[in-house]
Amino acid sequence: MECLRPYWRTTLAAYLALLAINAVALTIPQFIRWIVDSGIARQDTDLISRSVLGLLLLALLKSVFTYFQGCWTETASQNVACDLRNAIHRQLARLSFSWHDRSETGQILTRAIQDVERIRFVTGRAFLRIIDGLVLVIGSSVLLLLINPLLALLAMATMPLLAWRAMSLGRRLRPMSLVIQKQLGKLTARLEQNLRGVRIVKAFAQEDAEIARFARANRRWFSLSALTARLQAFTAPQIDMIANFSTVIVIGYGGYLVTCNQLTTGELVAFATYLGQLTVPVRRMGNIVPAVALAMTSGTRIFEILDTLSEVTDAPDARPLPPVKGKVIFEDVVFGYVHNHRILQGVSFAVRPGQIVALLGTTGSGKSTIINLIPRFYDPTAGRILIDEHDIRKVTLASLREQIGTVLQETTLFATTIRENILFGRPGAGEEAMLAAARAAQADDFIREMPQGYDTLIGERGVTLSGGQKQRVAIARTLLRDPRILILDDATASVDTATERQIQIALEHLMAGRTCFVIAQRLSTLRKADMILILEHGQLVAQGTHAELMKSSGLYAELYHQQERAGGL
Amino acid sequence: MSFSFGSTGSAMGPRSVMQSFGRDSAGQAIDPRILMRLLAFLKPHKARMFAALLLMLISSAFALTSPYLIKIAIDENIAGNDTVGLFYTTLLMAVVFVALYVTTSLQQYLLSWIGLRVLTSLRARLFAHLQALSVSYHNSHIVGVTISRVISDVSVINDLLSSGVATIIGDTVVLAGIVAVMLSLDISLALATFAVLPLMLLATWIFSRRARVAFRQTRQRVAAVVGGLAEDISGIRVIQAFAREGVSSDRFEEVNRANRDANIDAMSLSFIFLPTVDFLGVLATATVLWLGGIAVARGELTLGTVVAFLAYVTRFFQPIQDLSQIYTTMQSAMAGGERVLELLDTKPLIYDEAAAVDMPRITGKVEFRQVGFAYQLDRKILRDINLIIEPGQTVALVGPTGAGKTTLASLVARLYDVAEGAVLVDGYDVRMLTQRSLRRQMGLVPQDPFLFTGTVADNIRFSSPRATMAAVENAARAANAHAFISALPEGYATKILEGGVNMSQGQRQLICIARAILADPRILILDEATASVDTLTEMLIQDALQKLLADRTAIVIAHRLATIRKADLICVMANGQIVERGSHSELIARGGLYADLSLRQ
Repeated sequence: MECLRPYWRTTLAAYLALLAINAVALTIPQFIRWIVDSGIARQDTDLISRSVLGLLLLALLKSVFTYFQGCWTETASQNVACDLRNAIHRQLARLSFSWHDRSETGQILTRAIQDVERIRFVTGRAFLRIIDGLVLVIGSSVLLLLINPLLALLAMATMPLLAWRAMSLGRRLRPMSLVIQKQLGKLTARLEQNLRGVRIVKAFAQEDAEIARFARANRRWFSLSALTARLQAFTAPQIDMIANFSTVIVIGYGGYLVTCNQLTTGELVAFATYLGQLTVPVRRMGNIVPAVALAMTSGTRIFEILDTLSEVTDAPDARPLPPVKGKVIFEDVVFGYVHNHRILQGVSFAVRPGQIVALLGTTGSGKSTIINLIPRFYDPTAGRILIDEHDIRKVTLASLREQIGTVLQETTLFATTIRENILFGRPGAGEEAMLAAARAAQADDFIREMPQGYDTLIGERGVTLSGGQKQRVAIARTLLRDPRILILDDATASVDTATERQIQIALEHLMAGRTCFVIAQRLSTLRKADMILILEHGQLVAQGTHAELMKSSGLYAELYHQQERAGGL
Repeated sequence: MSFSFGSTGSAMGPRSVMQSFGRDSAGQAIDPRILMRLLAFLKPHKARMFAALLLMLISSAFALTSPYLIKIAIDENIAGNDTVGLFYTTLLMAVVFVALYVTTSLQQYLLSWIGLRVLTSLRARLFAHLQALSVSYHNSHIVGVTISRVISDVSVINDLLSSGVATIIGDTVVLAGIVAVMLSLDISLALATFAVLPLMLLATWIFSRRARVAFRQTRQRVAAVVGGLAEDISGIRVIQAFAREGVSSDRFEEVNRANRDANIDAMSLSFIFLPTVDFLGVLATATVLWLGGIAVARGELTLGTVVAFLAYVTRFFQPIQDLSQIYTTMQSAMAGGERVLELLDTKPLIYDEAAAVDMPRITGKVEFRQVGFAYQLDRKILRDINLIIEPGQTVALVGPTGAGKTTLASLVARLYDVAEGAVLVDGYDVRMLTQRSLRRQMGLVPQDPFLFTGTVADNIRFSSPRATMAAVENAARAANAHAFISALPEGYATKILEGGVNMSQGQRQLICIARAILADPRILILDEATASVDTLTEMLIQDALQKLLADRTAIVIAHRLATIRKADLICVMANGQIVERGSHSELIARGGLYADLSLRQ
């Protein structure tokens, strides 16, 4: 309802048109009655011809109104859908990483597409139908009462029963449709997981087990759907039947009245026509009620997304972060994704501008968490992080992230041209700057060899880049951005040695003169680092330079030698 | 009667939105061959379908009786002041309405049931078929598109098969019935009513031609919305990291607005069409009133006949409107059907030969004999590979990207079939074995450690679903994964989120190794299992692998040469060939490509 507000003009126009249509629709039976009574009964052929012409004019008028009403309603409802999808997109961009970690792509897509469509259907046509129905019911009832109050009351005696059946259908259908939607979601998820893991399924010859698992979800979906189908099949025609009983009453009692000369035949015919008009919207209710029920469910699902508060937002008094020098301080930082499971337990350190910080530790020791906290992808549970004396929770997110660059192993590029992908780092950068970044990232050579050079499309509909090529494009993107603080992972994805060297060169270009946080995979990084942080179970167990730690930390010396033996890099 | 609601053509309903993730077929509107094949899905439900049609005819007959009863009531009972007769006529009407309810309900339920059944079994069939298709099929098809085949396209077919077929047959019969009744009531009045039909056909023809273009446009636009949204969701971390939320929202809004406009355009067409049909209906009514009125005035016709006729005219246009709606449903069902059949018709490239035998327990000898392979005809990936691996040996494959290492290893598990030569395991050509018996004895630790959503235990247990919890824990211990799993808040019951985002790369890799250990394979394939983890985790993995490799045949693809020094045999690959082979010390001594690579690292 709220969503319609910006389109109140169109909506109002649509509703006015609806009133006009209803007025015409109510006049038509009167006209027919008049034709039957005055024309046919009195055998006035002239009157018949003229009134039939009048009838056609009225119908034409109704058609024109119907057209405009349809267009206006559609415009308003399509706008509502469009606005809802935009709102969902904006909200997705706002929601924190932890929300995205928990959510599934398929689920979000279903909500943004199917659920929005259901709401659109209701705000557009179904909603109008309800108003339409109400106006027709009231109008017809008044006219019926005018013709013959007693007959009218008898005919309308079925209405409460009708309303009750329609309501109860809706009430029962809603929870069921929700369950079915969920089950279909599960079925889709099963399929998606199976397809994504197809190599594993095949390699371990688990096709049969997978088929059995899918069949279980499939059967459950069937039995739920069949149950709903039964409810619908046996309840919706009931509404029809009840409506039809009114006709029985009118013909029976009304016919009796005519034989008693208390009613004319023309009145009886008009009565039957009005009643027919009454049953149409009522019958439609049988269809609309499920649609509204579905839309309510959809609405709940959509607002679940829209109403989620992002765990990471700008503080009300947030100010933009001025250009920083690159000093980073962690003060007793605690972090846990899930309650009472702490990933970082009180980490403190200080980094001077331009320093290279190497993070070392076993998998799950908290290295990735530290680097995710600096651009505020997550907020610490306790403690604080300062950049150049600014608490990062007190500055705007955009200004903070503008000055931080991230190059991680899992490189995401967008399905557009290579140029656009590099320019993503700094839209509006000049061609020269873009080329310079690509050259420094050792990406220029392979890009020039592509069929359309920098304008080559990559991704789904274009060229597939190898892991090493993707990584270099990502480095170019970050170089163009020219961040003061850099976060990276010095691992090179599975590439051959020559490519690996090129990536190393690219990374060195990137690191020069910036504060760098590196998840260290290589000894060369450790030797070069200004500060090495050794993490274990979310705690900082040692810190210092390579030379210092070799002397002071037995653990480091051991790790270093082990690594030397194992990797020798 | 302006818009029909229940039978909304699916081109306008929410479902059409989901149906068109895939490419849009520009083919013929209705292809009889596809139609016949789709109808064949109804075969197992012949009896039920027949019963439903019969019920539909009966209920249509009941529906047609009521206006006739009204005519009797007005013309005979009321006009003749026959109150007793009126009582019986109305009683009969009541009975007819009850019978109408019963038959309609049963028929609706039967049709929905059949539709759901067909849908369920078709989905099961597609899923099973997808399992049979080889890895190369899955490599070349986007997951989202395949999902839309199984979930959405199938449901569009259901629209056609259950309600569509029934509506067409039912409406045609009803229409014939009405025409017959109208003709029997009064021929000239009936013919006058039918005069509107050509106009109606013309309107339908013009509309459907334009609508096809317009609705196709909306399908393309909505596909763009879905695509754009899906891409932004998958890239959301980068978008936020670069603070580009505004730019991406602007881009999405543009696509979104284009979709809105296309929809408004398409619907505007409907809003011309439907009132036109409506108006034509009134035109027919007016004709009846005019001609009928004059005839009554002349005493050639009774008033009751005209009233009954008016009722039939209204009913006459309902099925016609329905049928023109069905046309839209048919079109989208055709498109969906074509895509589904295409998938079902795809022959698996790798299948069990009729004479295939079960592989006995593998000792572990693997032989590549003159093996050649190409994904596409013109580009050979492997050439002239001759290699013998003795039981229990560890063979390492090294070389630059694109040399064919992963392909060579995949051939042992018969994930692809060779183009030339043969791959033999214990002397059996892998093509003469059942795939299941062969792969049951193999283990794969992939380069990209894939975890399914579900618990950690489920993932380890994936290779042998009936393994006990103790066996799962033992496998995890052997994989050096037990320590970190136990430290998780819910231990082995911890849920893995989509894409395994709540596990680090190294943790995912360790779980994958535990999975392979639990399978207790005779032959193990490790595809750069340690390429993307930090050195400390790599040590954990190396240690786990040592245990895993003991007395099994193993093929190890490595990128860091240091990790494979102890291998029994190292094969250096380049351009699809094995260019050097020997032990680490032999290869270093030779001073060839390996020595060079080793030096550079």
